[in-house]
Formats: sequence, structure tokens, C-alpha cells
Amino acid sequence: MSRKLLEIENLTTSFQIGDEYYAAVDDVSLTVNRNEVLGIVGESGSGKSALAFSIMRLHNRAKIEGKIKLEGIDLAKASTSDLNKLRGDKLSMIFQDPLTALNPLMEIGAQINETLILHRPKMSKQERYDRVIELLDLVGITGPEYVYQQYPHELSGGMRQRVIIAIAIANKPQLLIADEPTTALDVTIQAQILDLIRELRDEMDAGIILITHDLGVVAEMADRVAVMYAGQIVEIADVHTLFENPLHPYTRSLLNSVPTEGQDRLHVIQGIVPGLQHLPRTGCRFAARIPWIDESVHEENPLLHEVTPGHFVRCTCHSYFYFPEKGKEEITHGDT
Amino acid sequence: MWKFIVRRLLITFPQIVLLSILIFLMSQFMPGDALTGMLDPNVDQSTIQEQRERMGLNDPWHIKYANWVSGLVQGDLGQSFRFKMDVSELISQRMENTLLLGIVTLIFTYLIAIPLGITSGRYNDTLLDQAITGYTYVGFATPLFIFGLVMLFIFGYQLGWFPTSGSVGPGMVPGTLDYWISKLKHVMLPALSMALIQTVSTVQYLRSEIVDTKQKDFIITARAKGASESRVYNRHIFRNSLLPIAAFIGWEITTLIVGTVFIEQIFGYPGMGLLFLESINMRDYSVVTALVLLFGIAQILGTLLSDIILSIVDPRIRIK
Ligand SMILES: Nc1ncnc2c1ncn2[C@@H]1O[C@H](COP(=O)(O)OP(=O)(O)OP(=O)(O)O)[C@@H](O)[C@H]1O
Ligand SMILES: [Mg+2]
Repeated sequence: MSRKLLEIENLTTSFQIGDEYYAAVDDVSLTVNRNEVLGIVGESGSGKSALAFSIMRLHNRAKIEGKIKLEGIDLAKASTSDLNKLRGDKLSMIFQDPLTALNPLMEIGAQINETLILHRPKMSKQERYDRVIELLDLVGITGPEYVYQQYPHELSGGMRQRVIIAIAIANKPQLLIADEPTTALDVTIQAQILDLIRELRDEMDAGIILITHDLGVVAEMADRVAVMYAGQIVEIADVHTLFENPLHPYTRSLLNSVPTEGQDRLHVIQGIVPGLQHLPRTGCRFAARIPWIDESVHEENPLLHEVTPGHFVRCTCHSYFYFPEKGKEEITHGDT
Repeated sequence: MWKFIVRRLLITFPQIVLLSILIFLMSQFMPGDALTGMLDPNVDQSTIQEQRERMGLNDPWHIKYANWVSGLVQGDLGQSFRFKMDVSELISQRMENTLLLGIVTLIFTYLIAIPLGITSGRYNDTLLDQAITGYTYVGFATPLFIFGLVMLFIFGYQLGWFPTSGSVGPGMVPGTLDYWISKLKHVMLPALSMALIQTVSTVQYLRSEIVDTKQKDFIITARAKGASESRVYNRHIFRNSLLPIAAFIGWEITTLIVGTVFIEQIFGYPGMGLLFLESINMRDYSVVTALVLLFGIAQILGTLLSDIILSIVDPRIRIK
């Protein structure tokens, strides 16, 4: 069996605003192997969820270009009925917002049960019930029989998030996309959920896409990490390389914004990701946020360069980047 | 749920009391009183005064109110000077007709609204949706009494499919099958006329509920489970959109009351609405007062019904 589970080639997802299409995911290519956790990090608005939704083909109105191959099947071209066979079964997703992702008028148990009904028609009612109880138990919900017949509004945000996780792992997917799966959870439950994801990976030889703001979780879970900015991947590398030798200015500022031991100040680069309509579409998209760097060091049309095997970084500007407070002498030149 | 319903019922009581006070005060400002219509104008003033005193018509208002209410509770709504009979008896005759008209109208309203609303909401911004939305605009713009007249003219007079007035054919024996068939025939056209106009707000409401629900996150969750389009609609969208519609029924009843007044007049249908207009014309104030009170209570009960239905079907309220 090929180790490659998901291959995304030149994926561009655009939304229509007014008469124009604006790309929220811009020419993204990446691979997820079996038994691998790919972390995706990036600020709010960088297109992480848009990418996840594109893979699941859950966007209502979006133009999708490029290829999304899951074990050879191109999801970008798959019919709705083919997608329905895959979604919830081989391919599933944990949603970012636990408060709105559950049907308010449906019992918790029925909502988990639905995904079994859809993909495990041979299971008996009793088997399905037992499986739902087992799943609730797995995600750390106490009193699963009671919670089974509760409604979403009776559960806390953390409980709801765990229900969403239970739905996503119910049929043991081959590819699990987890969009901020642990934000609403306290530390113990978070550890339990991360364990659960690891178990799924090992048991099913599954690939995991883990989207998160939490670099601690990335360090703990991910094998490789992709950094997204303004819809593009600006850097991708295995987790050790990325944490030890981050190159792209954006990656470096992200890593610098986590307070770690022995570091007395945070370097947070000012500004936010601009809205889709206001994104720069040519040149280095990050240039505007590092105005103290000479403009001439940016590429005209920044590409991903493989600096060491498996370590890609976009634009040449990273070789000349320094944090303003630190001064030029501390620049680490990348080996381009 | 029971807690909610009990609390809701407790609020209803003062509402009704307040309503009765208002209506009582209003009736006090109406020209004339219970005696005006009854007496021969040739009787001399002192006799009238004596009579007034005896009947308690000179008492302060709160005593009169208390008397009135205790009469109401015992089913005594006063006398109709025009029909020379108890108002309660007069109204109960008419109430049966209005109830029938109301129920048939409600059935038509939902029979029209649910398929149209669902189609329009599901296929929003298609030609079909535009046609349905067009109908709702026309419905909103058309006054009920003009539409009723047109319906009466076409289906009653021109085509002769339905009787043009009354609530039952002459010479029918109450209780027989023929009697009920005749009643239904009489109620059909007014009910349909009213439903065709009044349903448009329900159609629009249902449409916007569906369009709204379609964009909810939990619909994405359902799709992510692999639910087919029809399952997404049947299990998730319609269920969640029909719920507020179920609660709409109370509101529907309140608009129905206003509607019956016009429709009964146009179709010469002897119900409470027609009685109301007749009594106003004849200055039969005891009847008018009783009807206003009943209409008001029906409105209050209508909203009560809505809230109770909602509390039964919506688990979010059921708990509180
Ligand atoms: N359906 C849509 N229509 C139009 N614009 C959209 C749509 N979905 C997302 N966007 C835009 O695409 C950009 C990327 O959004 P996305 O939700 O993917 O960000 P994100 O990286 O997941 O952020 P967060 O960390 O806050 O979840 C944003 O500018 C957002 O406004
Ligand atoms: Mg997101």
C-alpha cells in the first residue's frame, strides 16, 4: 500500500464577493501520508478552515481548482453521491465551533448514531446503540447513557466538542481533519483527546490533519507542519526542523509569540491577516507586515524553495529577515 | 415543560382580567346603556331614573364592573335588544359557524403554506421560488375583502360552484350527513378565500426559516457525516424550520379573527364576525361588548397556544 494518503495539487478555493472571485486557499500543494499527523498553523483568517472544508467539499458556493486526491480518487471532481459515501466514513472532520455544530433539536445519541446509520447499514439497532455509548465513553463523557438522550443546549462547550469528536471518529476514518479539536477543552481532556487521535492513527494507519493555534499541541502531535499565511503555504517542514530552524519571517514571528523559557520578550509582528478582498495578490504577501525589511529582497513571484530535503519556504526574503528589536547582527541567513 | 406551561398560564390570567377591565371601561363610554334600547321613549324620566337605580346603573364603575364580571362568569353576557334574546345564546349559535370557518381556513392555510414554503426555501432564488415569492407579494398587496368579492363573483355567481351566502342550505335537519355536507359547501369558498390571502405570511416565514436553517453549521455537520441532500432536508432542515411554524398557529388564529369579520360580511356567512358588524350598525352594544371580549380572549389564548406548542416541541424551552 502506498504511504501517500492524500495528495493535494495546486488547490485554489475562491469565493465570490460581488462580481469577483477571491482565493481563500491559493495554490496549495501538500501531501499527507498514512500514519502521519500534519499540523497546519497560521493566524486567524489565513485559510486553514477554508482548506479543510475544500478537502471535505463542504463549501456551499466556492470555486475549487486543482486536485485533491484521496487514495487516487480526486475529491475535487467527485460526485455528491460519491462524496457522501466517503464523508463520515473514510474521511471525516472535527469542526472548529462546538457551539453551533450540533443540531439543537436532536438528541446527542441520535446525532452520533446518524453517522453509523449512514455507513454501517448492517449494524443492528442494539449494536449501534452500544457503539454510540462506547464512543461517548471514549471521548471522556461520564454517564453516556444519560447524555445519549440529552440535547446540545444541555451540554457545556467542552462536552459538545467531545460529541463532535465522537461523530468524527465513529467510523474510524482513514483521513481525519481536526480543526482546532481541543480549544474548548481543559488540559486533562485535551490530553485524552490527543491520545484518542494518536490511537486512531495507529489503529487505522490513518492520516491526520491537525489545525491548531496551539504550537504546544503541534510540537507534541505533528510529524510535519505547514504554516499558512493569506491562503498560501509559506513554510512546510518536519516538526523538528520547523521548531529548530524556522526560516520564513512569518513562522519565526509565530514561534516567537509563544513565550518559552529563557526568552524574555515576545516578538509579535504587528498587524492581522487582511480580509480576502484586501489581500495582496502579487509579490510577497507578508511584505507589508515587515516594512523595515528592504523591499528589494522579496521575490517578484514568490515560490516555495526546498532549502533542505523536505523543508520548503516561500520567498527569498527570509534570508534577510530580522526582528526590529534585535538588530541586524542576529540575522540567521538561510542557506539559499 | 410543565413548569413553563404553568407559569405561562399564570401570566394569562391577569392578561384576561386587564382585557375585561379595558372592555368594560370602553363599554361605559358607549352612548346609551342597557336601558336605552329597551324602553318605550314615552315613559317619563322619573320612572327611567328609578329603573336605572334599581338596575345598578348609577353605581360607581368598580361596583358595576364587579357585577358585570360575576354575570360573565355565570354565562350572563346581557341582553341583545335587537334579537330580544340572551347574548350568550345568540353568540353560541354563531360561534359554531365561526369555529368551523376558522378551522377549515387554518387547514387550507397550512395545506398551501407548507408545500409552497418548503419549495420556495429549498430552491431559493430559482424561477419556482420567484413565482412563489411573487404570489406572496400579490397576497400581501391584495385587500382581503376585495379578493373575497372576486372569489364570490367568479366561483359563486359565474361558475355557480358554491353557494353565495348563508352557512347551510334551507330545510336541512341538523345532525344529518346532508346537513354537514351542506355546511362544508357553504364554508369552503369563504375559507379558501381567506386562506389564500392569509397563508402568504406563513409561506414567507417558512421560506425564510428554511433559507436560514440551510446555512447553519449543524447542516454542514450533517453533510460531513455523509447525509444525502434529501436526508439533510428531511431530517435536519425541515424539522428545524417547521418548528417555529407550529408555534405560528396562535398568531394565525389572531389574524383569522380579523379576517372572519370581513369574510363573513362578504359571504353573508352568519358567524360572530357578521354578528359583530350587524350589532355595531344596530347599536346593539351588549352584543358588541361581549364579542370584543371574546375576540380578545381568543387572541390571548392564541398566543398561549403558540407558547405551549413551542414548549412541547422545542427541547430548549422544555427544560426551563
Ligand atoms: N464561505 C466564505 N465566503 C467568503 N469568504 C470566506 C468564506 N469562508 C471563509 N472566507 C474567508 O476566507 C478567509 C480564510 O478563512 P478561514 O476560516 O479559512 O480562516 P482560518 O485560518 O480557519 O481562521 P481561524 O483560525 O479564525 O479559524 C477569511 O478571510 C474568511 O473571511
Ligand atoms: Mg478556522
